[in-house]
Amino acid sequence: MKTSFPELEFTEPERYELHEGPFYHFEVSRREFVQVLGAGILISVAVPSAFAQRSGRGGGTANLAQRLHLGADGMITVFTSKVEVGQGSRTQLTQAAAEELGVPVDRIRLIMADTAQGPDDGGTAGSRTTPSTVPAIRRDCAAARQLLVNTASTAFNIETKGLSVRNGLVEGLGSDRRFGYADLASEKYAQALKRDAGSGVAVTEVAQWRVLGTAVPRVGAVEIATGAHRFPSDIVRPGMLYGKVLRSPSYGAELTEIDLGPAQALPDVAAVRDGDFVGFAAPTSFAAEQARDAAAKTAKWKIAPHPSSDELYDYLRAHATSPRPRRDLRGSPDDALKTASKVLRETYHVAYIQHAPMEPRSAVAEWKEGNLTVWTGSQQPARVRQDLARSLRIPQERVRVIVPDSGGGFGGKHSGEVAVEAARLALAAKRPVSIRWSREDEFTWAYFRPAGVIDVAGGLDDKGTLVAWEHVNFNSGASAIATPYEVPNIATEFKSCDQPLRSGSYRALASTANAFARESFMDELAAASKTDPLEFRLRHLKNDRLRAVLVAAAERFGWRNEWKLNSARQSIGVGLACGTEKGSYVACCAKIQVDERAGTFKVLKVCEAFECGAIQNPGNLQAQVEGCIVMGLGGALREEIRFKDGKILNPMFSQYRVPRFKDVPEIETILVNRPDLSSVGAGETPIIGIAPAVANALFNAAQVRIRSLPIRNAALRAST
Amino acid sequence: MNVNVQFTVNGQLQRLSTDPRRTLLDVLREDLGLTGTKCGCGEGQCRACTVLLDGSPVRSCLTEITEVEGRKVESIEGLGRNGRLHPVQEAFIQEGAMQCGYCVPGMIVATVGLLRRNPKPTQTQILDALNGNLCRCCGYGNILKAVQRAVRSVAPAESATSSRTGNPK
Ligand code: FES
Ligand code: FES
Repeated sequence: MKTSFPELEFTEPERYELHEGPFYHFEVSRREFVQVLGAGILISVAVPSAFAQRSGRGGGTANLAQRLHLGADGMITVFTSKVEVGQGSRTQLTQAAAEELGVPVDRIRLIMADTAQGPDDGGTAGSRTTPSTVPAIRRDCAAARQLLVNTASTAFNIETKGLSVRNGLVEGLGSDRRFGYADLASEKYAQALKRDAGSGVAVTEVAQWRVLGTAVPRVGAVEIATGAHRFPSDIVRPGMLYGKVLRSPSYGAELTEIDLGPAQALPDVAAVRDGDFVGFAAPTSFAAEQARDAAAKTAKWKIAPHPSSDELYDYLRAHATSPRPRRDLRGSPDDALKTASKVLRETYHVAYIQHAPMEPRSAVAEWKEGNLTVWTGSQQPARVRQDLARSLRIPQERVRVIVPDSGGGFGGKHSGEVAVEAARLALAAKRPVSIRWSREDEFTWAYFRPAGVIDVAGGLDDKGTLVAWEHVNFNSGASAIATPYEVPNIATEFKSCDQPLRSGSYRALASTANAFARESFMDELAAASKTDPLEFRLRHLKNDRLRAVLVAAAERFGWRNEWKLNSARQSIGVGLACGTEKGSYVACCAKIQVDERAGTFKVLKVCEAFECGAIQNPGNLQAQVEGCIVMGLGGALREEIRFKDGKILNPMFSQYRVPRFKDVPEIETILVNRPDLSSVGAGETPIIGIAPAVANALFNAAQVRIRSLPIRNAALRAST
Repeated sequence: MNVNVQFTVNGQLQRLSTDPRRTLLDVLREDLGLTGTKCGCGEGQCRACTVLLDGSPVRSCLTEITEVEGRKVESIEGLGRNGRLHPVQEAFIQEGAMQCGYCVPGMIVATVGLLRRNPKPTQTQILDALNGNLCRCCGYGNILKAVQRAVRSVAPAESATSSRTGNPK
């Protein structure tokens, strides 16, 4: 059991991935198509592309020719459908290829996320790149290396046994013989490259890693630091226009009337209305904005009622729709709660928040001879391609989606609204169009991390041992809803709700919410039994990997010296939390300082231990863990979307405060390496511990229990 | 109604006729093809759009194009000299101070601006200068390390005329 990770927990589809169809339903006129695409397009034959035979999410590839291209110059091009959104996948996958091919990292060119080329490794979500795509690329590259060795062996009539590959050349052929990937690239061996990767290929053992396991610097760093890298919002095409979309004044508002005339009267403006979509294209984004504003003045809207964030939590509870069967029912929790010697029941809340990646959604769309190419920042290029084909009613084979390395995702860029908008507008303008969402668009029209209400109950026996556990999540999701603690009687339940805002994936999904509730509640139980919260957890914890990170974090933090059972207010407090999700393990300790007079507090120090199996790139891992802690601190302390009458009340960085340099506490991270275990993803789980650790520290210091995220200073003030 | 504006960008004279209400950011990106300067908010709150105006960092998204008339603009594309990266760019690369990298041009330009003004900033001065620059990915730790590294390597060169008392290395 210790060497295999619990596959079940994280192969489950993400509940909140958006599977709904595209945003828009167009009535694209036949005349427009005929003009732009040429006659005959609507009955065009759907030619299956070379890559139509998909092998399923993260599965094997059909043949090496899809995965690899060997250049005669010794450069090797590797293809994957994964995207780079700042999580480090480009570097990590390049390392994986270099490791197995036996070439230096700079000999690999990785082509990512282009639906017209390469195998389908699935979208980029759920921390699947490390456990699925890295192994797939390693296997394919190991097969290529094997092929090189076999071919050399045949060519020089030497047994394969003594041969190995280094620097792209076969070693062991004798000093006067050179044979490498560039030779394999010649016509002579073309057929050999088309065969299956095969199953008997051996990948390099962790102990033998030379490239994986090291802190290879970010691939493409120079282009980033010089401004040369073209993010999706930087793509420029010949003759390109800039587009702006008319947004409704509030959620659910219906456009009843608009006059495009004033916009069309402006020079070089293309305007289109198609159903709910109204867009404007012009030679500059300023001119497009002017056009949009001119038309907006003539718009009439039918406003729909919409609830307010002030009543959000009651609203969610009242709108639970599909009560699911209890996901996990063990023992008889109802009876156990009745007979327990002490029972606690509490409710926790988490607010809607936004991903707020630094690069807003953007897309450039270009039509050429009936074929559509879109460059966009999305974690799901294949899904965006489908959305485009469906909304524009063209065969998928005519759509190509390319995702240049993009400016942040965090689970927020799974959908393709902006791509569809750009494509529709480009069709009308008959020129390529670039649309970049404004920050306000991002805060209003991108999907949100769902808010949630979580009821937790726990029963202790007379020795202070947990005998019953109940955890019900309304709306926010079921990720990490199962408690990792040993309790004989458990009931967990997720109820989806008819919710006011459009929600989707977020870094670590609902595990942030569920971990906040569970780990806060564990702290409450520990306090109720006057026990050290570390002791209380360890007493109920069997999982070795979780215990290991918890102990590692607590030791480095100096928990045993720092924690004391406070009965009165202190200025300093400490708290901890731990959890597991997607096969990785995290524990977090936090130290805070309360300013009694001002009624505020400050996070002084965070110490987090994280374990995700064998570490593939310690430098990137460290950055991901730190990034998670700081992003998690935002959601813990301040981030909250407020809304009223269908409008977002704080759709700007000046009103929605994300962490800045000065908000960052002292951070210490412990990366627990387990070369004996499979590597799993690390971009998500390290975010889940910080919020409960801070809430628990606040209780330790101020004897104030905050059960709602974000923890606002106001809450502390109100309690004094 | 368009107006004529004239200014230098990275040492090159630019003359253009444009709507006076447009921002320097849009002109750099859309008219001059300099897309290294990023837009993260357009409201002055993230500083992804930082450029140097007569040597001082400004938010190009809040700078109307007429304000730069006759002045000197430097953007991320213009920091290198003779085919070599600027030491601040080097420092960011060395420290791996980037995840997605979208904030990085703004961070680098802001740092260059800071070091020109103050070649030996204290930690507090660094934080004051950069607090307005948002990064969503990397937790700021590596960026701070990069800035500190830059302080060590840039100080002698950039401060040659202003101060020679610091650590000569
Ligand atoms: S884009 Fe200028 S401050 Fe954000
Ligand atoms: S590296 Fe992504 S925003 Fe800073």
